[in-house]
Order: sequence, then structure tokens, then C-alpha cells
Amino acid sequence: MDYRSPLARVRGLGSAKAGTSHWWMQRVTAVALIPLSFWLIIFLDLSLNAPYQETVAWLTSPFNTVCIVAWVIGVFYHAALGLQVVIEDYIAAEGIKIVAVWAVNLSFLLLALAALIAVFRTLLIG
Amino acid sequence: MTTNTNTNRPTSPHLQVYRLPLTGIISITHRMTGVMLSAGLVFFVYIVSSVAGGATSYAAMQDLMGVWLFRLIYWGFIYALFFHLCHGVRHLIWDAGKSFDRETLDHYAKIELGCSLALTLFTFIFI
Repeated sequence: MDYRSPLARVRGLGSAKAGTSHWWMQRVTAVALIPLSFWLIIFLDLSLNAPYQETVAWLTSPFNTVCIVAWVIGVFYHAALGLQVVIEDYIAAEGIKIVAVWAVNLSFLLLALAALIAVFRTLLIG
Repeated sequence: MTTNTNTNRPTSPHLQVYRLPLTGIISITHRMTGVMLSAGLVFFVYIVSSVAGGATSYAAMQDLMGVWLFRLIYWGFIYALFFHLCHGVRHLIWDAGKSFDRETLDHYAKIELGCSLALTLFTFIFI
């Protein structure tokens, strides 16, 4: 039995059938980020306190580069998924909600690209 | 969208008069730390870009991040990270369908708070 009106169904309100993969990717990225946070903390500590050459040497060592790049991809994906849920919970107006989710997704994509390109530029120095 | 005319339906506890249990407080804190950490990612992009920019921009970044206000934000970020991580682990335990009974809820809440503080202190002292 379907309690939704035919109009609501036609307009695509209600389940969009993508919720499970959203929820699932939130968990997958969360699990990946647990060990990767260790690399973030080492990187932040070096950046704020260590001499320039030491930070560059750390970041350009292959294993560290891989972990930081993995952290960047995981964290921006995880953050965008999370903020989408927050926006959907608190913004009721359909138009503003959709635009806000787009804005968040595009901004985080841009920030992720900026971070990745910065890591690759450092590889050229180191 | 259908207009809902029946306004006498039972409502959930109103947040301003309902005293949240510890789990509820931690739950909303988890969401707030998530939003704050997301905002903090801008700092990460700034820091990693300054590394890519060369020794001069790196030194300027270190000077700025050395200001007490930014140090405070930095340690707030680290604590928020560990809090979000610890409560995130509990969400994964909940996803497995475990630890929903009342005693375990409060017990795990205290473990989480303890762990997030301990991890922040550990980072402060040893890293």
C-alpha cells in the first residue's frame, strides 16, 4: 500500500533510492580515516613546528605521500557526505536545500583538488 | 506535497524543555565537531599549499599559526578530531547492532570522553 499521493511520487519526493550507498560510503570512509588520521597529525605537527626541509622530506617520502593523498580523498568525501545530512536535516525549503548541497559538494571538490595539487607540487620540490 | 491539517498528533520531546541524556549530548557534539572539522579543512589546504609554495610561504604560515589564537584553534581541531573519531567508532559498533542497552550507553560514553582526552594529551606531550 502506498500512502504517498500520485503527485508526490511523480515529483520524485521521498526515497531517491540512493540513501544506502550514501550511508555505506560514510562508513567506508570513516573506517579508512581512523588509521590515516595518524598521518594527518604527524603532518600538522611537522608543518607547524619543524624546519622547512624536514617537512618536505617527510611529505615526499613515498609512503607518506600515499597516506596523505588517501587521507585527503577520504576526508573531503566524508565531510561532504556528512554536511549533506546536516543540510538536509535543518533546511526545509527544497530549493535552498538543493543549492546548499551542490555548493558544499563543489566547494569540497575544489578544496580537495587544491590540497592534492599542493602535495604534487611539493613532490616537484623534494 | 500534501497539506497536513491534523495538528493534534503527538510530538517528539521539545529540545528546549527536554534534558538530554549523556548519549544525546554526545550525539549533538558529534555533529557539531563534524561541521567544525569540515570547516577546519580550509586550514589544512592553507598549510599544505604553503609547503608547496616554498620556504618563504612556509615561514609565513608558521608565523601565522604560531599566534595564540590559531594555536588554540589548532588544539581545538585536534580534540574535535579525536572526539569525532571515538564517537565514530561507537557508531560503527551501533551499526553492528550492539551496545544499545542503557548501562552500556553511559559506560561507553565515559570511555569515549576519556579516550578523546587521553589521545589529545598524548598528542600534546609526545608528538
